Amino acid sequence: MATTTPVRKLTMARAISEAIAQEMERDPNVLVWGEDVGAYGGIFGATQGLLERFGSARIIDTPISESAFIGAAIGASAEGLRPIVELMFVDFFGVAMDQIYNHLAKNHYMSGGSVRHPVVLMTAIGGGYSDAAQHSQSLYGLFAHLPGLKVIVPSNAYDAKGMMTAAIRDDNPVMYFFHKGLLGLGWMPSDDLAEVHVPETPYTVPLGQAEVVAEGGDISVIAIGAMVPKALRARQRLEPQGVSVEVIDLRTLVPLDRQTIVDSVRKTHRALIVDEDYRSFGMSAEVAAVIAEEALEYLDTPVRRLAVPDVPIPYSRVLEQAVIPSVDKIVEAIQLLTR
Amino acid sequence: MDNLVTMYRTMCLIRRYEDQLAEIYTEGKTPLFSIAAGTIPGEMHLAAGQEPVAVGVISHLKQDDVVTAPHRPHHFAIAKGVDLRLMTAEIFGRRTGLSRGKGGHMHLFDPQTHFSCSGIVGAGFPPAVGAALAFSRQGRDNVAVAFAGEGAANQGTFHESLNLAALWKVPVVFVIEDNHYAISVPKEQSTAVAHNSDRAQAYGIPGVYVAGNDVLAISEAAEEAINRARQGQGPTLLEIETTRLYGHFQGDAEAYLHAGEKESWRQLDPIARFRSYLLEHHTLSEDEDQTIQREVEERVEDAVKFARESLEPDVGEAYRDVFVES
Repeated sequence: MATTTPVRKLTMARAISEAIAQEMERDPNVLVWGEDVGAYGGIFGATQGLLERFGSARIIDTPISESAFIGAAIGASAEGLRPIVELMFVDFFGVAMDQIYNHLAKNHYMSGGSVRHPVVLMTAIGGGYSDAAQHSQSLYGLFAHLPGLKVIVPSNAYDAKGMMTAAIRDDNPVMYFFHKGLLGLGWMPSDDLAEVHVPETPYTVPLGQAEVVAEGGDISVIAIGAMVPKALRARQRLEPQGVSVEVIDLRTLVPLDRQTIVDSVRKTHRALIVDEDYRSFGMSAEVAAVIAEEALEYLDTPVRRLAVPDVPIPYSRVLEQAVIPSVDKIVEAIQLLTR
Repeated sequence: MDNLVTMYRTMCLIRRYEDQLAEIYTEGKTPLFSIAAGTIPGEMHLAAGQEPVAVGVISHLKQDDVVTAPHRPHHFAIAKGVDLRLMTAEIFGRRTGLSRGKGGHMHLFDPQTHFSCSGIVGAGFPPAVGAALAFSRQGRDNVAVAFAGEGAANQGTFHESLNLAALWKVPVVFVIEDNHYAISVPKEQSTAVAHNSDRAQAYGIPGVYVAGNDVLAISEAAEEAINRARQGQGPTLLEIETTRLYGHFQGDAEAYLHAGEKESWRQLDPIARFRSYLLEHHTLSEDEDQTIQREVEERVEDAVKFARESLEPDVGEAYRDVFVES
């Protein structure tokens, strides 16, 4: 970072609400609706201060009717609005999936490109605070599996703002996932690596571009969301042992930046994929497949995956910590691969 | 009145269209029926008999008013003014279709006339509320109308959407098109109340029941509901009784109907009744009627010819339009 740049650290929650506010200033068709997005400011603070600034005609608290208010974004966007719709926890999406995967995601395709739905659906993901199996999932892999939705998962405040701005300006439906353990909420543990410098002026971080967040030569650790700061901590811990770890933040699952993954693995010859979503049929499997398809002959060791081992997230602190990938487990896995 | 003749003409066009599709649908499907074979593959849900619902309501709408329709959508699409050639080509799965062959008969989208439909029961209610929200926020005097069958009134989306629309007081009209059967299940076996219009009370909005599949009665009720919405007085629920003259889909043996049921509906054919009414009131002459019949036949023939002569899509089409190309 250039020394002349004044450092203004923001929490991820603040970065998100700042991006929304700036886009609402810029475009009167941007509206926000969802549960507790008004006076409360979003259960996770993503819409804080917006009601005071933009009023209840544009920041709309909805009843607990997810099919109706998510489906409303479909009709509203077809008629010119650019809705940002929040649904508290990703775990709650089951009741509204038809509107999402049969309509929001498919209408552009089924209409031969004549219908557009510029909609941002945002929601909180992740565990680590004993909220158990119905409030701790990540599930972005589920949405990434369905054609027609862009899927993004920022890992820090800078990306959170730039990707929110990009998502609002995108003419496609975008699923925006923020990890509760990165938001800087105060009432929940939050990784301070996510609280970084955020420029005040609007900017975009392009969707579909992964970032090499730390360079290294011995192994590529490919992660997303809250697993990125954990990978960075593992990298730091291994540095004194002479292990040079490259960390890739995917940032976007759809569209997936295959090139950055492949380039890195071709350079380091080893890959560890770290994911807080379920292990099978998800992000970690997809990335492993990309490596197998495009960089297999470069590998010195088999690809390894760390992810939630296909069990629901348990309530007990010790049980939960056992199934969500930790810094210790990442360190261990890297050591096994680089030995 | 010109308006009545226009309504009659549209009803005749719909009927001619559905009858023609019923005929074409069998091409390539005999002697052995295969849903995948023939000129028109896939499911086919025809709306003959239900013309009064579409025409009675939509005759009060403007081009930029929104209609969301269910899986049995042709009468609504035609009444809304969707281009008959493009729609037919889409149903035939051709590259000249509304969606270049990627939607088919249950997924017709036409931004020109603000028309869309969905193959999922009850799915059109929430988008209609959203369109109405857009109208209210943008200061437009448009209205959204969501059509769905009586089976859809037992979906959560129906109840969520009525509550949301009433709460927001947005310009939307919900129309339950009651053709008595959700596929094979009669309403008495699926619905705890005799009239879906009574359910409006739960959301503090007017609920109006229109009996008899009579286009004039429907038009009158719809006019009031649409005016209310346009004037900012919020949503209305209309329950319109109608009859389905074909099966749920083409190929449905309709073993669940009781003896004589279909015949009794045919005897009350809404188009024949409207025609008699117009002739009696000297709004229409026999000559004019014949001209109309010839006209609609020509229009349907023209659309079918266009579809038949259109090419199948290029295979590359399958890979386009997943996302908006920037």
